[in-house]
Formats: sequence, C-alpha cells, structure tokens
Amino acid sequence: MIYIILTLTLLLLMIASAVYAIWQKDLLYAVIASGILSLFLSIVFLILQAPDVALTEAAIGVALTTIIFIIAIRNTVRFEDEHDKKKVKTTTK
Amino acid sequence: MKKVIVLISLGILGFYLIDIFLGIGFGVQHFTAGVKDLYLSNSKDTLKVSNVVTAIVVNFRGFDTLGEVTVLFLASTALGGILYKKRHHVGERSVLFPASRVVMSGAKLLFPSIVLLGAYVFIHGHLSPGGGFQGGTIIATGFLLMLLTYRNYSVSHNRLVYFESLAGILFVSIGLVGYFSKGSFLENVLPVGNMNELFSGGVIGIIYIAVGFKVAAELTGIIYTVLHEKD
Amino acid sequence: MEKYLNILNIAIYGSAVLLMLIGLYGALTKKSLIKIVLGLSILDSGVHLLMIAIGYLKDGTAPIFSPGNEDKMNIMVDPIPQALVLTAIVIGFGVTAVALSLVIRLYRHHNTLRIDEIKKLKW
Repeated sequence: MIYIILTLTLLLLMIASAVYAIWQKDLLYAVIASGILSLFLSIVFLILQAPDVALTEAAIGVALTTIIFIIAIRNTVRFEDEHDKKKVKTTTK
Repeated sequence: MKKVIVLISLGILGFYLIDIFLGIGFGVQHFTAGVKDLYLSNSKDTLKVSNVVTAIVVNFRGFDTLGEVTVLFLASTALGGILYKKRHHVGERSVLFPASRVVMSGAKLLFPSIVLLGAYVFIHGHLSPGGGFQGGTIIATGFLLMLLTYRNYSVSHNRLVYFESLAGILFVSIGLVGYFSKGSFLENVLPVGNMNELFSGGVIGIIYIAVGFKVAAELTGIIYTVLHEKD
Repeated sequence: MEKYLNILNIAIYGSAVLLMLIGLYGALTKKSLIKIVLGLSILDSGVHLLMIAIGYLKDGTAPIFSPGNEDKMNIMVDPIPQALVLTAIVIGFGVTAVALSLVIRLYRHHNTLRIDEIKKLKW
C-alpha cells in the first residue's frame, strides 16, 4: 500500500516538474526543473526493478545534461523572451 | 490558434497511445517472454554472468554497443568541429565568482574517491548493477567538478585521445580475435569462471573496462570543449 | 490487490505518455531554441519510462543472479528493454550536446534565439 502511494507521489512530482520546465520563462529555472525530473525518473526506474538504468539516468540525466544546458544558457540568453536580454546583461555582469 | 491545433492533435495521439498500452498490460508476462527466458538461461549457464543486462549489452548485443560507442565518438568530434575557433585560448576561463577555499579543498578531497567509485562500478559491471557506461559517466562528473572549481585546471587533449583510441582498438581487436578463432565477431575466447566471482564471464570484464575508459574520455572531452566556449 | 495494480497500470503508462506529450508540446509551440531542445529531452525521458514499464513484472526482481537468487528465473523482470534504454540514454546525451552546440553557433551568427526572427528557420 505504502509502495503504491510512494510511486503515485513520485509520478505526480515528475509530471509537475515537467510542466514547470515547459511553462517557466526563465530558462535557468526550467533546466533545473528538468534535472529534478530526471532525479525522480531514476527513483521510478529503481522501483520498476531496473538498477542499471537508474544509475545511468542519475549520472547522465541529473549531472551532465543539466551542466551542458547551463553552459549553453551562459553562452546565449537567459530568458525566453527576447526583450529581457538587456536586463540579463546588466544583472549578471 | 497554432497552440489549439497542436493541443487537439496531441490529445488524439495521447488517447490512442494510452489505449494501445493499456491493452498490452502492466506487470504481466507478454510477447517477449520467450526471448527473455533464452537470454536469462544462456547468461546463467553458458556465460556465468550474474548481471543479465551486462551480458546482453556486451555479449549478445555486443555489435550494437560498438556502434553506440562510435556514435558517442562522432558526437564528440562533431562538437569540436562545430565549436571550432581559430584563436582558441586555453587556460584561464572567465568566471563570475571564483570558488571559495572550502569548495577548492572539498573538490580536491572528493576527486580521487569519485574516480575510484567510477573504476569500481565498471570493473564490477558483470557482478552488480553498473558497467562501463555508468562508470565512465561517474568519472566524467569527477572531472567536471575539478573543471568547475579550478579555473585554470586543464585536461590534456592528447592524453584523452590516446586513452580513447587505445580503448577502441582493444574493443575491436578482442572482437577480431573472437572472429578468427571461434568464427563470429565478439565471440568469447577466454574461460568462463564460476558465477559471482570477479574473474568470470570471459571477455565481458575486459570489454566493459575498455568501454569505461572510452566513455570517460569522450564525455570529459565534450565537457571540456563546451566549458571553454566563451566569446 | 487487483484494483491497486490497475491503478498503477494506468498511472505509469499515463504519466509516461503525458511526459511524451508535454515534451512534444514544448518542442512544437515554443519559440526559444533552448526550450525546443529541452522539450525533446523530456520526450526522451517519457519514451524511456514507457519502455521500462513494458518490461516490468509484478513482484519481480532485478535481472541479477546474486547469491541465493539463482533459481528465481521466472520472476525476473525483462532485461531486454533495460539494455535498450541503457543505450538510448547515452545516445540521447550525445544528441543533446550536438544540438546545443548548434544552438550556440546559431546564436553567434544571428544574435538571437527566437526561431521566428531567424528567417531561414521560420515555421
């Protein structure tokens, strides 16, 4: 019973972070949300008896993909809307 | 208007996908059961490998893994080609905040244990969950920690290329030895030991160690190339 | 127990399909190139969850013959989708890295990330 409640909670959190990642205008927050999605996904893989896949997802999805996205954001713009670009230039430099 | 069209078509697609997969059923034996039993019994009886996923990835489907490693190599090469600049100054990276002393000492303390954990994961890939891909990725995250902390930490590209090429040559030459002595590519040529011992499974351990080195070198190269990308 | 299993059935397949649809929605309607790549990577996650869920067996164990586990062959979950997903995750990372490097290159050339301002990529 507690197993089913845990699984349902994890799935709900996963969907919520996916929706947040698509909805958020600030790309940095969106990328962090997709990293959290990968973390919950790796726990779901562990519950579904796939420890190899859980290890891979935890290492690649959480760490490396997030870092690659963050570096891409650092080299381009941080906000989805173009007119926020000047604001970013002044706040981060 | 465009969003409405997209939402309607995605709704139709989602309805049919849900319908199909609820028909398949969750948690029951279904159409792949015969292949599954074949792989499980072969891995237990003839190869003596505990982790069946490793046996499939390296032995039964070893040629696919060779292709996968090649794709990763091509991705790393393409990344270097796309982001190529003539005056590529290596060394000091511009960062917003320099890392504090606590972070520096902690990174220096953690780095050897992260690399050791990665090596453990890929050496014991045929006994426990893990393997070359996971271990290589863990080692790459260790290098990522050092690259993020120290702004003038640099990885020698030549050394990465040597590791990667040697690992690739080892993989292919083990496959060729199997081809010339047993008649098929990546056939097992070494004696399989007993189950749940470190020296079991024949060539699987050696191939996974090669894959681990190759993946670690490729991912470190990708991270290093992208991280030094600043105009 | 049968009823709860049915709930899990609908929940896991439903959330996997929902993840795929969310990712596809983001990739189709968003204007920012980084958001499109992010949507494609969420789509990837949904496909991986779907494939692992197909191989699951009720009350099964992981496909590892650990000591004391050697005769439980008929309750092990299916190892083939796991091997497939293991490959797919690593390839997906390579694809994401190449796509993001192309995005950086496009930004340097056009000085914008919105695909409706980059004329050659207009929808």
